[in-house]
Formats: sequence, structure tokens, C-alpha cells
Amino acid sequence: MTDEEVAAVLERLPALVNGDGSLVRRGRYLTTRFLIGAGALPVLVEVREGAIADVAVSPPPMQSWRFAIRAGADAWRRFWQAEPEPGYHDLLAMTRFGTARIEGDLHPLMANLRYVKEVLEAPRRAGAGGGDGA
Amino acid sequence: MALEFEPIAGRYATLELDGRLCRLYFEEAGRGIPLLCLHTAGADTRQYRHLMLDAAVTEHYRVIAFDMPWHGKSFPPPGYQDEEYRLTTQAYTGAILAVAEALELDRPVLLGCSIGGRIVLDIAARHGGRFRALIGLQAADHQTPWYDAEWLHRPDVHGGEVSAALVSGLIAPQAPEIHRWETLWAYLQSGPGVFRGDLHFYREDSDFRDRTHLIDTARCPLYLLTGAYDYSCTPEDTIRTAEAIPGARVEIMPALGHFPMSENPERFRRHILPVLDEIRGA
Repeated sequence: MTDEEVAAVLERLPALVNGDGSLVRRGRYLTTRFLIGAGALPVLVEVREGAIADVAVSPPPMQSWRFAIRAGADAWRRFWQAEPEPGYHDLLAMTRFGTARIEGDLHPLMANLRYVKEVLEAPRRAGAGGGDGA
Repeated sequence: MALEFEPIAGRYATLELDGRLCRLYFEEAGRGIPLLCLHTAGADTRQYRHLMLDAAVTEHYRVIAFDMPWHGKSFPPPGYQDEEYRLTTQAYTGAILAVAEALELDRPVLLGCSIGGRIVLDIAARHGGRFRALIGLQAADHQTPWYDAEWLHRPDVHGGEVSAALVSGLIAPQAPEIHRWETLWAYLQSGPGVFRGDLHFYREDSDFRDRTHLIDTARCPLYLLTGAYDYSCTPEDTIRTAEAIPGARVEIMPALGHFPMSENPERFRRHILPVLDEIRGA
């Protein structure tokens, strides 16, 4: 998976999240903008009351965000496997082992941790990473 | 249709722990060798319900679990409203020995998970002679913190929700949904600051690298079983711990995480039944 392919998966987040009523309900108190680092590519995710309002790959300069979650393309590919290997099966597993980094104001993330983790895992549930476990 | 009760019995008793009277909740099932079980941080005895309902276990073992003070259906000690709960090694080991003595258990087997697995090492080093065998699940001599525990207890973040969301990743992806969410319910339910207070023991007061050399596995066998998906107590942490203890038996359990007995009981019994059979046959 290249950085561009990871970003293309993230561009599907509105479709993967907004039709999931219980996930949107869980995030209904969250309106924020956070950044996902797809390798070297920045991807801005705009959340409005639990729905993904916008995903911007390589946004214009000087955009603000509350928190950022960064990982290399290979880590995202492993993370989205149908049956991920140990260490790649959870966002905090990846931060624990240094394959992902979290930066910025962590409050909106921690107050909505299940929601954000499930948003990031939505491509896995949709089969984006494949099931070969490689 | 008549209601079919499970063979688990629950009772309450008041014990003096650390100089204070504590009303504790106990559950048990089965008969035979006493098997005293310790729940994980921020959780309670319900984690052992599958072990207690497994006839292959209960036909040979009297399985007993208790909710630590502040946990499950045990109350915090009187005066809790003005104190910050912080579990210590002294209080934890003291509670386990007090419970074993009060129940008049004759050289029980002790099984603990996570903080319960950690305290098993202190028991092994200092009180091993009182036990028939010791089993540590997700056990290691120390651990490197992987998040800031301050997030667990503050008014602007829901403590139960954040605790469950943090530990959810410690459950292996292969866990059946029903067991995953039952396991997480204990965290969603736990009292304010209780999980954080248990982590005080886990992070600040239990670096047992200073005492693992005291463990005599010839006197009391020690089994360490760790799920492969646990990134809190990693398989490497457990293997490193076992390597410092001559005679310690170690097994890494594939497709299991930090809560083997509750997240995937079917898989866990493949690993725990041979251990229990071996202890029984010794």
C-alpha cells in the first residue's frame, strides 16, 4: 500500500461511517477536525456531531486540527487486515510499539476514544485491508 | 419451564483488611482443590464465570473468586469518600493472604490475571510455601506504561467509557463479540478512579525484578500464560520474567489477549486445563 492508497481508503470514511447509525450516535457530541498521517500525506478529517463531514487529502497550507494520528502506509495496511497481527490490531497497540504517533490536544480523542478508534477501524470492517494477513 | 440456576454461589462476608473492616463479595463453584482467582485491574469476579461453569474444572477444583475492595459488589472501606484509592503491594498481598486464611483454604492454587498475575510473583517470592501452585495470566515482573493514567479519572472524560476504550484493544481480534463486550462491561461499570487506583500498584509499587530470584519453583510450581495480542503485558515481558525464574513454566497463547478467561473461554480452556491437570497430578 502506498501513501496515496492509504489516503484513498480514508476518503471513503464518510461512506463507511455516516451510514452506521450507532457509530454516528456515539460521536454525536464530537465536532472537531483531526489529522491522519498517511505516511507523508496529511489527511484532514472533519467530524460534525459524529458524522464525517469532509476528508481532505493534502489540504491547503496552515489548516488547524485538534489532534493528529500518524502512521506509515505499511502500518495502516496491517491495521486494516481482516485479522490483524498482534501489535497492529489496535490504535494504541501501534502507539505503544512506536508504529503510530498521537499528537496535539488529546482531550477530544480521549473523551471519544471508542468513537475515534471505530472510525479508524471502519475500513477494516469494510474489508479495505484484505484478509491475507500478510 | 423451571428456571435453571447456574452452579455458582455468591455470598458476602466482612473481613479486616489493612486495619479496616471491608464487606467483600465472594463467588465459588465446584469441589476439590481450592483454586483462588484474582480479577484484573478495575474489574471483578465475573471474569471467572466461565471457569466456574466448566465441569472439567469444577469436578476437581473448588473455584473461588472475590471482588477486591472498591470492585464489583464489594464496598470500598468506610471513609472512602474522602480518600484517593491507591492499591499497594502490601495491601494486595495482605488481602489475598487474609482471604485464603479466613476461608481456611488448605494450600490453595492461586490464579491471577494482569495485576493479579503481577501479585502472584510477590506471593511466589515471599509466601510460596502457603500455596500448592501459582498461575499468572498476563504476568510480568514490571511493565512500561503505555498511556497516561490521568485520563482515567477526571470530570471532563467519562471514566468508564475511556477505561473500556483503552483496554478494548487488549482483547484479541478473534474474541467472540459476546465475550468481548461482557469483558468490557466491567470497565464501563467500574467505580470512579478504581481502575486508576489499581494501576498505582501496577505502575508505581510493583517492580518485582528485585524479588523474582527468591522464587523457588521446586517448593511451589509457577505457570505463566500470556496471550499473544496483549500489548500491556507483552509476551516478551512474560518470557523475560520467566527466564529469571528457574523452573518457571511459560506459554504464549495465540489468538488471546489480556483477558483470556473472559474474552475467549473456549480457547483459554485449551491452555488452562492441562495446567490444572498437571497440578492435580503432582
